[in-house]
Amino acid sequence: MTGKVFGQPIPRLEDQFLLTGTAKFIDDIEIPGMVHAAFLRSDYAHARIKKIDYSAALKRPGVIAVYTAEDFGDYWRPGPLQVPPPTAIKGSQFNARPLVPIAKDKVRFSGEPLAVVIAESRYIAEDAFDDIIVDLEPLPAVVDLEEAWENKPALVHDDLGTNMAALVKQERGNYEEARAKADVVISRKILVNRNAAAAMENRGFVVNWDEREQEMTVWATTQAPIPLRNTIAARLGLFENQVRVITPFIGGGFGPKIMTSQADDVLLPWIAMKLKRPIKWIEDRRENFLATTSERDQVHYAEIALTKDGVILGVKDVFYHNTGAYDPYGMTVPLNTQTHTISNYRVPSFYTEIRMVFTNQMVVTPVRGAGRPEGVFVMERLMDAAARELNMDPAEIRLKNLLEPNELPLRTGIIGQDFVEGVLDSGNYKANLQKLMEMVEYEKFRKEIQPALRAQGKHVGMGIVCFTEGTAVGPYEGARVTIGGNGKVSVATGISTQGQGHFTVFAQIVAEQLGVKAEDVNVVTGDTAHFHWGAGTFASRGAAVAGTAIYNAAVKVREKIFATASKWLEVPPEQIELGDGKVWVKGKPEQFITLGDLAFRANPTRGVIEPGVEPGLEATGYYGPPYGATGAGAVAMIVEIDPETMELKIKRFVIVHDCGTVINPLLLEGQVEGGVSMGIGNAFYEKMVYDENGQLLTASFMDYLMPQATDMPPKIEIGHLTTTSPLNPLGIKGVGEAGAIPTPSAFVQAVEDALFEYQLEIPESNLSPSKIFEYVQKASKKG
Amino acid sequence: MSFHRIILTVNGSTEQVDVPGNMTLLQMLREKLALTGTKNGCAAGECGACTVLMNGEPVNSCMVLAAECDGAEIVTVEGLAQDGQLDIVQQTIIDEGGVQCGFCTPGMLISARALLNRNPSPTEAEIREALVGNLCRCTGYARIISAVKAAAEATQ
Repeated sequence: MTGKVFGQPIPRLEDQFLLTGTAKFIDDIEIPGMVHAAFLRSDYAHARIKKIDYSAALKRPGVIAVYTAEDFGDYWRPGPLQVPPPTAIKGSQFNARPLVPIAKDKVRFSGEPLAVVIAESRYIAEDAFDDIIVDLEPLPAVVDLEEAWENKPALVHDDLGTNMAALVKQERGNYEEARAKADVVISRKILVNRNAAAAMENRGFVVNWDEREQEMTVWATTQAPIPLRNTIAARLGLFENQVRVITPFIGGGFGPKIMTSQADDVLLPWIAMKLKRPIKWIEDRRENFLATTSERDQVHYAEIALTKDGVILGVKDVFYHNTGAYDPYGMTVPLNTQTHTISNYRVPSFYTEIRMVFTNQMVVTPVRGAGRPEGVFVMERLMDAAARELNMDPAEIRLKNLLEPNELPLRTGIIGQDFVEGVLDSGNYKANLQKLMEMVEYEKFRKEIQPALRAQGKHVGMGIVCFTEGTAVGPYEGARVTIGGNGKVSVATGISTQGQGHFTVFAQIVAEQLGVKAEDVNVVTGDTAHFHWGAGTFASRGAAVAGTAIYNAAVKVREKIFATASKWLEVPPEQIELGDGKVWVKGKPEQFITLGDLAFRANPTRGVIEPGVEPGLEATGYYGPPYGATGAGAVAMIVEIDPETMELKIKRFVIVHDCGTVINPLLLEGQVEGGVSMGIGNAFYEKMVYDENGQLLTASFMDYLMPQATDMPPKIEIGHLTTTSPLNPLGIKGVGEAGAIPTPSAFVQAVEDALFEYQLEIPESNLSPSKIFEYVQKASKKG
Repeated sequence: MSFHRIILTVNGSTEQVDVPGNMTLLQMLREKLALTGTKNGCAAGECGACTVLMNGEPVNSCMVLAAECDGAEIVTVEGLAQDGQLDIVQQTIIDEGGVQCGFCTPGMLISARALLNRNPSPTEAEIREALVGNLCRCTGYARIISAVKAAAEATQ
């Protein structure tokens, strides 16, 4: 598939702007007359609102207006649900409680907005918080998932009569029958802890209502510009083409930036129209930690049934999933957990049950990994427990149960976040693990290296795990490709970009088809004035779904080039060559037309055209897969632990990955490494901790520890395998979340192996030196 | 609110600015001098996105009051390239693929430049240590570290 440009490790085209300080991010936007918004947020996690009196704030110089829920009248309404629940799962229950833009009557999480202040500066707006009298009657906070399921100690949504947000049971085969036949059944309680997305840039929203033009321009850090535009327009009663959403450069997304119907995008456009002033709101870091969205936090009761030879007969997993105070994103995260629990193993019988609960915590929506790390963590923990029970090597039991290529495509029987039954479309899972074992010198490590190190008193251990990554889900994306009179190509697509390198990889796809240099392809993402159909950037789908739409459009433009050139060069299309920005007659390079010239000729201003010919060297393409493409891989990591201090060093980190066709190896490796660093953070440094009152104790980078340059392993060794996806013409699968998915699973296994003499079994995904110390202390006492 | 008239050098140009007493160096650069390349990631000195050189030393500009900068020499990301020629570490970070979203990059580049100014041939451990105050969520640091290494080697 590799071509002159496609598949090549070319450096990124967008870097020149990002490196010189010229790239425009949202906080860099200034509009004359612009005012600033700040949200007064609740200190309580659960409370009844008795009174909010902001009359004194209005007297503060520089304060322009203050609004509470009451002030929005009929405009205040919840939602809509950003992602509805799938209807295809029989018997599933879902209680919809979409986000409310600003708390009314009751506060349901700490950080929920109570009032919005508009002022001449952000300083003044925040100073005005002190002038606002807020009378809240605290209620018991719902924080524990299993207690919440029992409706204790309170109801998050009184009118609902239950804290149950969803109950979903899915089964393939018959687990109870499989269990009855099993030699060994292993049950475990497994926890997956909560983590933040923590993009380096916080969220932001700038809105300008042009009263004379009757047009609204919104700049937002959104991963979903088109859905954002559509909801803003619908709420305000405007046509879609009266609202333009522009995404400037965005400083990382990782999931939460996909959310719409939050306080900023609901309230600020309405206020901007009232005040007739442009408004800017830039989230601060504390707000980002408290009141955007975050993810993970599940409690699993899982079980695996096997033969005595270590062949899996069945898996059962009943899990509690914390959706936080509302469930605007449907069941996306726990459905991903369900589809990823069986991962790439042969599991004939599988029962999985979601018990999704409302709590008085920040709302849970996807964060890089999006339910997948949880599913993989549960399955890999079960595999580790089984290996121990059956006295098998961890790699051996995995090799024994991995699906073979000839078993694919495999219908999993489990409906996923994309509302269709999961299908493992292609892959060579055993080859991934075998390549990994070669790279990490598995046999040598187990037989020679590790025993020698242990003999020296060193605590060195390896974790080795497998994973899948469901990617590239529907519904669809689209794109328009146009050759300009300047001979260069413009591409516009509806998704937005948060650092993935879309400007480069999309240019590579087009450049290859149209015979131009990648730097002569200008890509616009996330501007609804340029392209206004699409869903957004999520689920590792940018390159595979939008990329394929772009490819489809480019192929059509290529056909138009040949058809148009054939007419002007007066030879059949087969006798025309395309390259270097021009077309020429084969063997007669002096008979050429540049693409720019051809583009002009494709838009005649006099004369007649043949029926069916559309103007311009331009085409629009769409792509929607029937189901997602599944990437896969395997990870091994070797750690050394100092048993005195529990300081941990990652000695090696090896990942073998298969994401189908590679568009740009340089960027691909960057995506994998970034995911791995988030996985390492999730496993060892980062943890969002809520206390019993629903207060977030880790709302700054001093408390929520992100991996630093000194925490990362010396090198992330990456091995590639390629099995192309049959689902799209380029054979691409997504990769954005790959590194984050398997890393916590490998991490805990490696820790257990390093501290082998304590026979630890760690049932949770989030460790730290003190946590490991606690486990060792507990084990020492037992021993 | 007190106001201060300060005179300082920013990226080689002399600037006279009137700043309120509570204005940070970061705000002054972004709001008074329109140098928006320097980013605000936490406003608490924890993430390093706002790193600039102040008298040759990397500082979190969100933690420095503008009024303290009278007479100071400041270099921001906009001042790294000279006459359209990228600083070597800007070039190597492109070549190594060390940029993703680019939000931490300005601060990262400044910390790297400060390191190379005081230690033209740093070890990998010294590079990591020099970048420890700059958080990056996208890259996992590997390619930033190799870019600094490559920049050091290229200038030997």
